[in-house]
Amino acid sequence: MSENLIEIKGVRHAYRTKDGPLPVLDGLELQVPEGGFAAVVGPSGCGKSTLTRLVAGLMKPDEGEVWLHGELVKGPKSTVGMAFQNPVLLEWRTILQNVMLPLEIVPTKLSKREQEERARRLLSLVGLEGFEDKRPSELSGGMRQRASLCRSIVHKPEVLILDEPFGALDAFTREDLWQTMHKVKAEEPFTGILITHDLRESIFLADQVVVLSGRPARTQYVMDVHLTGDRDIEHLYTPESAEALNILRRQIQIAQGRSSADEAAE
Amino acid sequence: MNARQIFVPIAAILLFGLLWELLVQANDWPDYVMASPSDLPPAYAQYWELFIIMGWQTLWRTVVGLLLAIAFGVLLGMVMGFSKLMRDALYPLLVGFNAIPKATVVPIVALLFVGDHNFNTILIAFMISFFPIAVSVSIGLSTLEPEYRDILRSLGASQTTIFWKIALPKTLPEFFGALKVAVTLAFIGTNLMEIVSPHGRGLGALFDSGKTNSDYPLMFAVLIALALMGILLYYVVVALEKIFAGWAERSPGS
Repeated sequence: MSENLIEIKGVRHAYRTKDGPLPVLDGLELQVPEGGFAAVVGPSGCGKSTLTRLVAGLMKPDEGEVWLHGELVKGPKSTVGMAFQNPVLLEWRTILQNVMLPLEIVPTKLSKREQEERARRLLSLVGLEGFEDKRPSELSGGMRQRASLCRSIVHKPEVLILDEPFGALDAFTREDLWQTMHKVKAEEPFTGILITHDLRESIFLADQVVVLSGRPARTQYVMDVHLTGDRDIEHLYTPESAEALNILRRQIQIAQGRSSADEAAE
Repeated sequence: MNARQIFVPIAAILLFGLLWELLVQANDWPDYVMASPSDLPPAYAQYWELFIIMGWQTLWRTVVGLLLAIAFGVLLGMVMGFSKLMRDALYPLLVGFNAIPKATVVPIVALLFVGDHNFNTILIAFMISFFPIAVSVSIGLSTLEPEYRDILRSLGASQTTIFWKIALPKTLPEFFGALKVAVTLAFIGTNLMEIVSPHGRGLGALFDSGKTNSDYPLMFAVLIALALMGILLYYVVVALEKIFAGWAERSPGS
């Protein structure tokens, strides 16, 4: 038993394709302590989404181990919450019913009324008060993503996995949602992994940024982020932030370089 | 449904009848060439009892055939939607079966189950109408985005739960679209049996007797009665769609 809530050790994985195995992960290491929030960045197609599926127990790695709360992950566990770039709300349900979906599957001690109260409280926390009875099609992209976020935490998961949740939003909506994330984390503490393409997002939201190398991905670089106190957007424009972003940008360039060198060698 | 939604189609139907009447009058066609709407009321008045009895025979056999088509079509669609292997195996078979003109199947069925007129009629109505249902359900299920599945799977939901909570409701709009096609097809199936293999039941038989007696107004009256029953059943499906898949309807412009 380790003190890390999420522990990924020496994970290797390859997809079987027509042209033989396609290695996507090769020597992935990741540790997130309880209450920690790790952002994972890397060149596109480097296996970041595979990582989320491994942590969620939706697939098993060829080699290596994924541990959650001192337990080896062998299959899907209800202690995980997920949100994707596509909010995947169910069109035939109201926003409130969408948020309550996990409670219909995960065993819960809450009564029906308490479940609804919790869902309503989360919706008002993310600024969706008054939209409980609307259909997803009546909401904007940003609002749908907020609802999706509520659904991912409504059953109080130990681990929250966010796979580029803000990737499809415009810049202003995205910054709004970053602040909402901080509000949510203060009210509903979670341990999380955030997959993102956005370096500013990674240092604004996470306390640890993990840079993956190009495919096959290994952990190339880990940065601890020390933005303290109430984070607001101005924090992104301080000299420390600029320096952190620079370091990360350089690491991404290295990661991309390795990937193109590999392709040339093949 | 607001007043406009009721009056606009009725006005369109009246206008259509009027044009039809004018066409026949203008060309001075006798009713053994082309009956006109004004020939229909006498025909209905004369044979109203037969219309009720035989109309009912056509209607119930169509509905039973359609219900069987729904049950079988949904089942087949599920099998093909969830399993790539079954999809590959069954599609050519299904398309081939659908390509066979059902008029040619009627005599075969009539010989196979000789004398079982109700069963034969229902069988043809069923055979002709399950195809669109099976195809739409299978497409609906096989195109379900993986994220929808993952959301529930990551919570430890079983395949059955995923089917009931996500796959089934998500397929409903496609299902109802196919059902609207299937309704009219089922009527065609019933009438095929009634006309091609006459056995004295249903509106098809009434049509046939009109033909034998050169009673052209009666033949046209049967066609209109069939059209009315088709419209009736179609709107039953529309009403069901509103109840079960009303969420899929977007307000215009959005």
